Parts: sequence; structure tokens; C-alpha cells
Amino acid sequence: MVESVLQNLTYFVPETALVVTFCAVLLADVIFKGRPRIPWTIGLLGLIVAGVTAFQQTGLNRPVFDLMIVVDPFAVFFKVIVAATAILIYLMSLWSDEVKASARRMGEYAALLVSATLGMFLMAGATNLLMIVLALELTGLSSYVLSGYTKEASDSSEASLKYILFGAVSTGIMLYGISLLYGLTGATDLIGIRLALEGQAMTHTPMLLISSIMILAGFGYKISAVPFHFWTPDVYEGAPITVTAFLSVASKAAGFALMIRFLVSTATPSLGVDVMAVVQTFEWPKLIAIMSVLTMTLGNIVAIWQNNLKRLLAYSSIAHAGTMLMAVTVFSQNGVAAVLIYFVVYLFMNLGAFYLVMLVAGATGSEDIDSYKGLGHRAPLVGVSLVIFLISLTGLPPTAGFIGKLYVFSALLDAQWIWLAIVGALNSVISLYYYVRVIRNMYLRDPDSAPAPVVLTGAQTVLLMVFLVPTLVLGVYFAPLVDWAHASVALFGIR
Amino acid sequence: MAFFGIGVLTWLTFLPILGMLLVLVLPKRSDETIKWTALAVTGLQVVLAIMVYFNFRPDLAGINDAESMQFVERAVWIDIPSTSWVGRIQIEYFLGIDGLSFPMVLLTALISFIAVIASWKIDKALKGYMAMLLLLDTGMMGVFVALDFFLFYVFWEVMLLPMYFLIGIWGGPRREYAAIKFFLYTLLGSVLMLLAMIALYFSVTVLDPSTGDRLHTFNMLAMMDPANFVEGSLLAGAGTAFRQLAYLGLFIGFAIKVPIFPFHTWLPDAHVEAPTAISVILAGVLLKMGTYGILRICYPMFPEIAQAWVVPLAILAFINIVYGALCAMAQQDFKKLIAYSSVSHMGIVLLGMAAMNTQGMMGAVFQMFNHGTITAMLFLIVGVIYDRAHTRDLNAFGGLALTMPKYTGVMTVAFFAALGLPGLSGFISEAFSFLGAFQNEQIRIITIASTLGIVLTAAYMLWTLQRVFLGQKNEKWGAMPDIDGRELAALVPLGIIVLALGLYPSLLLSSMSASMNQLIEIVRAAGPAVAMLP
Repeated sequence: MVESVLQNLTYFVPETALVVTFCAVLLADVIFKGRPRIPWTIGLLGLIVAGVTAFQQTGLNRPVFDLMIVVDPFAVFFKVIVAATAILIYLMSLWSDEVKASARRMGEYAALLVSATLGMFLMAGATNLLMIVLALELTGLSSYVLSGYTKEASDSSEASLKYILFGAVSTGIMLYGISLLYGLTGATDLIGIRLALEGQAMTHTPMLLISSIMILAGFGYKISAVPFHFWTPDVYEGAPITVTAFLSVASKAAGFALMIRFLVSTATPSLGVDVMAVVQTFEWPKLIAIMSVLTMTLGNIVAIWQNNLKRLLAYSSIAHAGTMLMAVTVFSQNGVAAVLIYFVVYLFMNLGAFYLVMLVAGATGSEDIDSYKGLGHRAPLVGVSLVIFLISLTGLPPTAGFIGKLYVFSALLDAQWIWLAIVGALNSVISLYYYVRVIRNMYLRDPDSAPAPVVLTGAQTVLLMVFLVPTLVLGVYFAPLVDWAHASVALFGIR
Repeated sequence: MAFFGIGVLTWLTFLPILGMLLVLVLPKRSDETIKWTALAVTGLQVVLAIMVYFNFRPDLAGINDAESMQFVERAVWIDIPSTSWVGRIQIEYFLGIDGLSFPMVLLTALISFIAVIASWKIDKALKGYMAMLLLLDTGMMGVFVALDFFLFYVFWEVMLLPMYFLIGIWGGPRREYAAIKFFLYTLLGSVLMLLAMIALYFSVTVLDPSTGDRLHTFNMLAMMDPANFVEGSLLAGAGTAFRQLAYLGLFIGFAIKVPIFPFHTWLPDAHVEAPTAISVILAGVLLKMGTYGILRICYPMFPEIAQAWVVPLAILAFINIVYGALCAMAQQDFKKLIAYSSVSHMGIVLLGMAAMNTQGMMGAVFQMFNHGTITAMLFLIVGVIYDRAHTRDLNAFGGLALTMPKYTGVMTVAFFAALGLPGLSGFISEAFSFLGAFQNEQIRIITIASTLGIVLTAAYMLWTLQRVFLGQKNEKWGAMPDIDGRELAALVPLGIIVLALGLYPSLLLSSMSASMNQLIEIVRAAGPAVAMLP
């Protein structure tokens, strides 16, 4: 028994590292009161260790702790994405006024980032319903507190409260769905559920439908898909920018990982090598297709009316979730690979955009689009970089965003989802309009009054390059990324 | 032909990018240096284009035959090994030109050079302006030399952002509206093109000679060979609904650029608001990309559908010709008039394309080149007068011939070329287009009706000439200086080309015929026309 636990622990190194880091950060925060840099540094080191050890798991494909979680290429991919996001957010936070305003609580902030990361790591690998709920809750609780981090700001507290309420309701609904599913199948691990469903040959269809939709609500909430998105704009606007950026990438990535694993593991019967498509239990593809269209279109159309750039990016991130959902619709390796590719690209361009919004807000004190007037002329590097991120978010070559879109559309057309591809393509035209509004203000308009200068320090420029260079390079040379994504679509238990 | 081990087409394409980087590192205040750098870079591009002209072999056909493409450069760009569920993926850096792209390459180099001269008086943020102009130049050149669809698409999209800025920052009063309209319209077209491109990609495989496996590719020439289409794939077969849909997607993408009615509404706005040099580029090169795309991609990849849609295409051509001319006639604004005349003249290109015979096709491509030079002249002429009077109202002028004789002389050449006077290049290409179209019995009636456009063109051109140059002199413009040396430097080379090609069209026509014959062969080989929309 002990031996088996010890043996399993060797496949649990990244998560263990995060647990240890979390405790260490909390302790250090208490011990070195008034010197928040120390817990801060410990947190960063812990995240790096977790990221590196997660990356070292590449190639493994096995269950851990009796199928509670698995280590497979798919999980590893998402763990690396989450870890990378967390590290970058950590660095971004160094220059965040909102975080610095409560400098005494920086240790708390660090600990929460680490625990949220831990939750997301577990989400990426969870194959048991219990584990799924636990991981969701861990991520959720950390995120709720993080979004209310700036206690002084009322909108931050409002964001936190809204997040908690929506989170509680959605997880509640999901739990109910899970209990129904357990009642139907008698299993809590995803593969057992699939086997049970196959054996029973759809005798419980209405009940299964209800439970499936309830579980989907939980995932939909996590990835902010319409109609479970209502919390997103308010939370994204109210939370500190760094937290918003973290939620919009890492939390979404983990949500997608969980959703894809759940759908593929439970809904795909014993399959051949080529297709993972045949969905027996329920017409998932149609439902998800409709959800993706709604998510994309609503995100894009509402974004047009936003004047707060943070809120605009919140709606844009809803739209991007819709784009990725399109690829999930396909239920094929191609589709999953497209989601993986999209996430890497999305990480760089979205974090880059949020980073610049944070820096500009730090200098001008405003996130309003109007405060960007003339920015391109007075801060050329910031202007040009933001243009590149926005163009990439639109999906124009030669930026990385185009590659993301290219692979999503490829997956759709390969599976002959032509109408969906057309809707997706038209949506990227809509999205151009609001991204260009920002560009227009930066370059085509003159500032209203004497504007505050935006000057980057050397270190800030370096971090900017960390976002900018991949956004450009992946647009013209994406072979390694695609290669990695292709190798990472393997899910445990699915050949 | 190569310099420093790099092929001439790569130089032609990426020289402007080098120029752009150079301009960007120059200090902000050194306006003169920036201008001369841009001029030198585009001048060098013209020199290269001339060298290409003298080394171009007119007997090689190209189009779908890699062997007879010229100045070919080919390297693997992206190569992703296959997995159990997706085949090997390859994207190539594949450049080459044939009789179809050759005139466009010359045109692009020439117009870019002229555009830099025409931009000499820009004083607002000159550095950014020149950088954008040069980036645009790369995009344009790349589109015409790329033979890999992916590469083509990247270049196609690279142009959008610089164009947005060029209109949006340096344009007229309604520049914001015009710029975003242009951007949205073009992006709408290109996303449809993107979908069609991906569908083509999944339907076509080629044999890799070195490893013996079949791989998916974006190679345009491979997409032109029906044998490469995989059995049962999305676009396999002939005349299927999917193929029609893909053709439609591509066609709309290109039609927006041409622009073909009813997708033309961005054009008058963009032209009127854009600064002179940018109007010159828009009309001179960008519009040609639409028709070039149809000829390079739609025709050889979907020959049976191209045949089936000849009549609709001819009807669209007719609308463009006549509607464009009527709109032009109604304009008070000099620049808007020229913009609508572009719509009308591009209609002639479409008519030549609908002819589906060598004569018509050659007329079409020749008209693309000629329209590029002639309209560039017309926009420069508008620019000259606008710089002096700051108005473009046609009725505000009169009797300018008295004070500006040299200007009047240049303008007369351009106007007569535009209305198709024999002896000037416009006549040859229009005549070819109409003659070719007339020979095609399917569209003969439409062709006859379209000739109305020629009369209308003559009417509005002469009427404009009369309103601006003849008649009572408007005292308001008493001391307007005549055209200066810089303006002449932009106009005269174009005028010489217009005259030379009018007198001796073989200078350019001879290099097209082999390619056009080949293109016709491909379309005809697809068999009799299939029914439109099953």
C-alpha cells in the first residue's frame, strides 16, 4: 500500500511541488512579516519547478492514484500552459499598481496564485468525478479571493461576490448532474462511466440528457460559454488586471481540458485509431456547435459597445472561447489539436494585450479606450506592440493568431462542418471592428488633453518581448508548435 | 537570376521590407533622408523589374506547369510529420512568375516608385508613412510572385493593415470611415477565401518523390491538376455543390478587391479619402489583385465552374462598365469621378475574362496593366490640381489650359488613353477585350450592350476636360503655377509607357500569349460547361 502510494507520488511531482510551495509561501508570509518579497520569490521558484517537472512528464501516459487523475500528454500540455501563464502573470504583477497598492498582502496573493495553479493542474488530469469537483472547487475558491484582492475597490469586491454566487450555483448544478450520472452508471471514473453507458445501450436517455446538460453547465461556466457567461464581464472588469489575465487564459485552459476529457472519455465508445467521433449517448456535437456560435457571436457583438478596454477584452475572451468551442464540436484529434494550438497562441497574444493595458492604466490611470487616443505617436513601442496583439487576436497573418484560426477552421472543414466554419469566419470580421477601434484611437485620433507619458523600463520591455516575439514568430514558423500539439492529443484510455 | 545567392523574386519582394527597416532606424527628423531612402529602394526595385523584363522568356507558358515557371525559387517552409490521424503537412516558400504575373510584377514596381515620388510633399509623420508604404509594396509584390496558396494568403493579408493606416492617418476628412470600411470589406472577402483555401488544401495531395508518401500541400500548381484531388474529398469531382461553394467564396473574396458590383461601395470612399499616392496604388495595383486572383486561382482550379459561370460574369462586367460610367458621369468630385471610372474600366477586364478565348484573356490582362498606368496618371493629375486649389469640385474650375499648358498636355494624354483613343495603350486592350468577348456566342449580346460604356466613357471624360480646362477662366485660380518638375517626373514615365504600348503593344503582349493560351487550354480541357448550381 505504502509502496504503491510512493510509486504514484513519483508521477505527482509537479502537484506536490505546488502543494509544498503553497505551504512554504504561507509560512514565509507569517515568518517574514513586512518583507513580502520573500514569500513572493518562493512562490515564483515553486511555479517554475512545477512547470519544469510538468514538462518532464512529456511522453507519459498512465493513471495515478487508482484512476483519480492521469498523467497523459494531453494533461501535460495543459499543465505546461497553466504553469507558463502563472509564471508570466507572476512577473506581470511586479508592475501592477493594484497589487502593489496592497503590498503587505503580496504573500497572500502569491499563495493564492499557487493554489489556483494547483487546482488547474488537477483539473487538467482529473479522470474521476470526485477529483473533478475537488479540482474545480480548489480553482474556484482561489480565484474568488484573487478577484477580490483589492479590498479597497468596491468593484473588485463586487466582482468577487458575483463570482462566488455564480460559481456556487454552477458547481451546485454540476454536482447534481454528477450525482445523477453516478446513479445511472454506478461509476465515478470517466472510463467506467463510458463502459457502463455502452453496456446499458441508452435505456436512460432522458435522465442522461438532464445530467449531461447539468454537467455541461459547470464546464460552460468555467470557460464562460454562453449562456453561462454572465459573470465574466463584471468579474473581469472588477478584478485586478493581472487576475483577469490569469483567469482568461489559465482558468479557461483548465476548463477546456476538463471539458474535452470529460466529453471524449465518457461519450466516445470504443474507437478506432482514426476517429474519436462516434458519439453514442447524446448529440453532443450539435449542442456544442450551437453553444459555440452563441458564445462567439454574443462575445463579439457585445464587445463592439464596450468603452473600457478591460471589459472589451473580457468580451473578446468570451468570443475566443467560442472559437475554441467550435473546434471541440468536431470531436476529432484534429479538433483537439486545434484547441491546443489555439491555447498556446492565445496565451501569448491575450496576456500581451492585458499586460499593455495594465502598463498603460498604470501610467494614465485609466482603462478607457478614450485614454488611448494618440498613444501610438507618443509611445511607439507600446502602440506597435498593442497593434500586433490586437491584429493577432483578430486572426490576421503574419501573426500567431492566424495560425490558431487556421487550425480551427481546418478541423471544421475537414469534418465538413461548413456552415459552422462560415459563421466562425464571419465572426472574425466582426471582431476586427472592435479591435480596430483601439488601433484607431491610438493612431488616428489626437489626445483630448495633455496625456500622461507611457514609458517602459528595461525590464518591462523584456517581458513585453516575451509576449511579442512568440506572437510574431509563431505566425511564420509554427511547425514545432503543431508538432507538439499533435503529439499531445493522446488521452489516457483513448487510443 | 540571383544576387548574393538569393533569387531575384525574393529581392523584388523583400527589398521594400529592408527599406522599411532602414527607414525605421533613421532618426525622426531626417525627412529628406527618409524620402530618398524610400525612393532609392523602390528605384532599385524598378531596376530589378527591368532586368526581369529583359530576361523573361515569352515562350514559356507557366500557369499549371512548374517546369515553365520562370525565376522559380522553392524551399520547404513548414514541414510537419504525419501522425496516425493526420497526414504530412507541407507549406512551401514557392515563388515564380509566368506571362500572367509578369506584367503585374512590372506594374507593381513601377507604381510603387511613382507613389514614392507622389508622396514627396507628405509632412505628417513621414517616417511612419514611408514605412507603411514600403510594407504595402512587399505585400503587393508577394501576392503576384507567390505560387503557394498559403504564402499568397499571407501576402494578401499583410497589405490590409498598412492600407488601413495609410488611408486612416494621412487621408481626407472622412478618412476614418473610409479606412475601416476598406478594412472590413477586404477582410470579409479574405476570410471566405481562407475557407476555400483550407478546403482545397484538404482535397489535394501530391506525391513526395523523395519519400514516396502522399502529402497535403498548399502548392497552387498542384491544386490545378484534377488528378491530385483525393477521391471522396470535399472538392473532388466536377461541378459539385461544394466546388461551386468554394468557387463562390474565392470569387467574392476577389470580387471585393476588383471591385465587382455590388461589392464596390468601399472603393469611392477609399479613393476619395486616400492621399494621392495611395489612390494611385489602390487603383494602380490593388484592384488588379482581384482579377489576378480570379485568373490565377479560380479559373485553373475550378475550370468547369468558371465555364459555367461565364454568363453571370459577363453580366457583372456589363453592370460594372455601364453602371460605373453612369456613376462617373454624375460626379461633381474630380476624384470620385476617376474612382468610378476605375469601376467601369475594371468591368472591361471582366468582360475580357468572360470571353474564354485567347484574345479576350490577353485583352483582360493587358487592360489590367494599362488601367494601372492610366488610372495612376489620372489620380496624379487630380492630385496636382488638388494640391494647388484644395478643392476637387469640377465646376469650380475652367479655362485652366490658359494658365497651365503643360499640365493640360499631360492630362489630355491620360484622358484620351482612358477613353480608348487609338494610338494609346487603352485602345488596344479594350479592343482585344471586346473583340474576344464578341467571339464568344454565349455573351455576344451582353458584349454589344457593354459597348455603350465606351460611349459613356468618352462623354464623361470629354465633359470633364471641357469643364476643367476649357471655357471661361475662373479668376479665383488666377495665379495657379503650372505643373512642376517632380510632378512631371511622376507623370511622364507613365505617359511614355502609355504611348509606347499604344504604338507597339507587342512589347508586353508577346510575353503573355503563351500563358494565356495555356490558361484557356486548362479551362477548355475541363469539358463542356456544367449546369450552374445543381
